[in-house]
Amino acid sequence: MNWFKKKEKPSQEETDSHSVTRGLLVFAHPTTVISVEEILRDEGYEIRVVSPPPSYRTGCDLSVEFPLEAEAAITELLKVVNLPPLDVVPITSKGMEPLHFVRKKWYGKYLMVRAANMKITVDTETKIIVNISGGGCPDVPYLATELIGQHINEAPDLREVGFSLCAYSLNTAREELVREIGA
Amino acid sequence: MLLLAGAVPVEDLPLLVGPVAYDEKGITIDGHELAINRGNEAMMTSACITCRQYGVDAPIGLVAGDIGKRKGSEAIYNHLVNHLPEMGAKVMTLHYVMPDLKLNKKVLATIDTMEHKPMMIADAGSMYVAKAGGDSHYYDVFTPDLGEAAFLADDKADHPSFTRGFIFNMEEDVPELIRRAYAGNNATKTMFVKGAVDYICQDGEIVDTIREPSIETMEPIGGTGDLITGMISGLLYAGVDPLQACRIAGRANRAAGELSQPTPATQVQEILRCLPRALDKVHKDLGL
Repeated sequence: MNWFKKKEKPSQEETDSHSVTRGLLVFAHPTTVISVEEILRDEGYEIRVVSPPPSYRTGCDLSVEFPLEAEAAITELLKVVNLPPLDVVPITSKGMEPLHFVRKKWYGKYLMVRAANMKITVDTETKIIVNISGGGCPDVPYLATELIGQHINEAPDLREVGFSLCAYSLNTAREELVREIGA
Repeated sequence: MLLLAGAVPVEDLPLLVGPVAYDEKGITIDGHELAINRGNEAMMTSACITCRQYGVDAPIGLVAGDIGKRKGSEAIYNHLVNHLPEMGAKVMTLHYVMPDLKLNKKVLATIDTMEHKPMMIADAGSMYVAKAGGDSHYYDVFTPDLGEAAFLADDKADHPSFTRGFIFNMEEDVPELIRRAYAGNNATKTMFVKGAVDYICQDGEIVDTIREPSIETMEPIGGTGDLITGMISGLLYAGVDPLQACRIAGRANRAAGELSQPTPATQVQEILRCLPRALDKVHKDLGL
């Protein structure tokens, strides 16, 4: 992927060295951040998943904010697990965090879970995914094709097959679905 | 010409431009068959049906394969940048694409050079990138669902996934979401907000709501909103004004839902099959 290569450098405000204690790991796809988040939290790092600063935004992206003093250890760890960031930048301004609220709605034996703009519906008796709705990024119709008709345990991992923020939200909804009805 | 642009979930499908033909199995553009799916194919099929009902030319499709890796979306943006002025689009609908702020602004800059600008409808990723770029004023109609209406209402969010919690939780108060979207200049002159109650807005005011028939099981079905966007596209191209187009499309979508008797497991193809009858019914009901 090369869609960060022409980005301008962060603004002076973002790189003001007097108060910089946090850095940002920039990745090609928002869904890569799901795996990175899991790994870094398991290792005990204090991180936040946030939107990147304006100079790095395309309109569909997600980054990981981390303590700058851990940069060397974190980048080495991500290299080892084959999830190296595209870029690492120091920041001062706080990015926005993705929405983690979900809504649930029952239709008899069917349960629909919505996170942000994404909805996933499952037949709770068979645990088969029966519908995916919402979203606007182009992997959504693809993910629908891949997931509908699959058992919730056997459906492809969204970290592997999704690429967008819509896929990130769909994963949030899927995780809630698993919490609600069990895997 | 009615131009319908967006990505389709077929990896490596090259950029295709041509009249959209449809049958029971799907749509065909430039000799390539595309199965009906939620997203662009559903929107395009709905637009085709509407154009046929109104006796106007079939839409022209501009599609490329993209499963989220951006290449197809970039090809669509670039084609619009380089060729839109000579395409002669009277109405243009931009739908599922990967949001790309810079490329979308290039498309809009191209539109600025055109003597005859097309009427513009945006939904899905194209609506996200329009709002994120502060460019909603370029467009004539947005067709958000409730989650997307909350996104339009949040002047800080770049994508629906970043909608702040306190706004996401305002969804019981749709008029407030609409007020905020207009106050932040993130809405279009005409806007259709899809939900349990559909809200049709004009210049910042809610001018119509559609509540019946209430088909609760349509909400989980992927693609039902795409049918509304497609119908509005066809209706605008047939010369119907945007407000009336929203009124017809919203009612026809519900009528099609009622005719198809859906469950949460129903797929959008089954509702699409009922669309011609639904459009006829709404015409009669509205005395058109």
